[in-house]
Amino acid sequence: MAEKGVAGVWRKIRAIYNIQGNQCKTCGNYYFPPRLVCPTCRRKGQLEIHKFKGLGKIYSFAIVRQAPDHFKRQMPYVIAQVELDEGPRLTAQIVNVDVDKVEIGMRVRACFRKISEQGHEGIIVYGYKFEPTMEVTGHD
Amino acid sequence: MGNRVAIIGVGMSKFGELWEKNLREITLEAGMMAIFDSQISGKDIDAICVGNMSAGRFTGQEHLGALAADVGGLGNLPAYSVEAACASGGAAVRQAYMSIKSGEHDAMLVFGCEKMSDVNQTEAMNTISVASDWEWEGLFGATFPALFGMMARRHMMEYGTTEEQLSLVTVKNHANAAHNPFAQFQRPVPLKVVMGSGLLADPIRILHSSPVTDGAAALVMCNEDVAKKYSDTPIYIDASTQGSDTLALHDRESITEMKAVKISARQALEKAKLSINDIDVFELHDSFTISEIMLTEDVGIVEKGQGGKAVEEGLTELGGKFPVNPSGGLKARGHPVGATGVAQVVEIALQLRGECEKRQVDGAEKGMAVNTGGTGATSIVHILGRD
Repeated sequence: MAEKGVAGVWRKIRAIYNIQGNQCKTCGNYYFPPRLVCPTCRRKGQLEIHKFKGLGKIYSFAIVRQAPDHFKRQMPYVIAQVELDEGPRLTAQIVNVDVDKVEIGMRVRACFRKISEQGHEGIIVYGYKFEPTMEVTGHD
Repeated sequence: MGNRVAIIGVGMSKFGELWEKNLREITLEAGMMAIFDSQISGKDIDAICVGNMSAGRFTGQEHLGALAADVGGLGNLPAYSVEAACASGGAAVRQAYMSIKSGEHDAMLVFGCEKMSDVNQTEAMNTISVASDWEWEGLFGATFPALFGMMARRHMMEYGTTEEQLSLVTVKNHANAAHNPFAQFQRPVPLKVVMGSGLLADPIRILHSSPVTDGAAALVMCNEDVAKKYSDTPIYIDASTQGSDTLALHDRESITEMKAVKISARQALEKAKLSINDIDVFELHDSFTISEIMLTEDVGIVEKGQGGKAVEEGLTELGGKFPVNPSGGLKARGHPVGATGVAQVVEIALQLRGECEKRQVDGAEKGMAVNTGGTGATSIVHILGRD
């Protein structure tokens, strides 16, 4: 399967290691995941690389208790939509927290983690997860 | 002579885990039933359109247009399949509608089919997950139930929707399916059992989720001239509309509505020159019970946020003012992904023909089917009417 291929992960490591998306210089909107075309300006858009600060808050979440094989060892885990301070939302796991303590609105910051091991022969994918800012820094 | 598009034949295989049958057999079963129901002859069929999401991953077989023509002995006519994730069936109906409306074809056989139980539950779930944004949601561990879990949690926060309301949709749809001989689960289920069922992705429980199902559904669709030749009870398609939204849920301004449904449902009502109050019966895409609650709002049955209350107060039950999913819906009739959109239209057609016996909506004249793909990135709406 495609996700076992190295190339598919390698070509997006800048985005998923550094939370690198883009900003359209025409309308000012920020995009993460990175967009190929600005959906607001289309041909008039001018997308430039933008590295996100990795700070935001939880917009919504679910606690996953049944998952594909390469996530089974992490169950139960929290998957959330994180609203980044720059505006866009992304989908990521929330870690370093008791699953029952997660709340909508909780401040979180990005951390670099192993996302999954895709089988015995598959590659190990690293990238962003998020953790509660209060837990790690003592303030929001 | 108008150029309306009619449905003159409907058919379905049994829905369920059909271990003893393969994709060809269930597809043929539904197709033959639709042809016999219409009384049309195979030689008068011009073309075949099949709705299917992922036979390649579920069974290892693609090229289903040719397969359907071949297995039915229909020879050399044009045949192809269309894909729009869980809305593939609706897409097939709409393709046939447009082909007939344009005058290119006079009579078509339309299928929806999916054989999901040949792979294990995990593989079935993985295959369905690719209907969301695989690279940016699935890869990070967002399962399909988790994405709907996020919608549900937000809906609960914004509008006070309760776990009990999520569960009452299941209770209603199972009660309806008890009267549907083609349904996967032909039995009622008590509220307590739903609320105590295992968690898939909090707040979504197993009994808030549609099951893994094998099944096929079929329609014979044709122009008005052909319809009058073969049928005394043609059902006409008053409107067929479609809309899209972002592939990933996180790119939407709101995750407590399906904007593509709002737009396409409104357009369908405009085209059919009807208001929501004129619709007597609904099939709404309840892949998870939160979806039925959201769609009840998005098609305009109730205001945004009132979908949970609608089911609680019996507005959407059989006998209510706006009966939703008399067939049992995806939850209890079953959800063979590519078949669902066609099965919804089969149910509406049978309701308008008055052939649904114990689950019949009395005197139904207009019906709406809403078929969505992914987390709402595709919406396909059909409004059907009696002559």
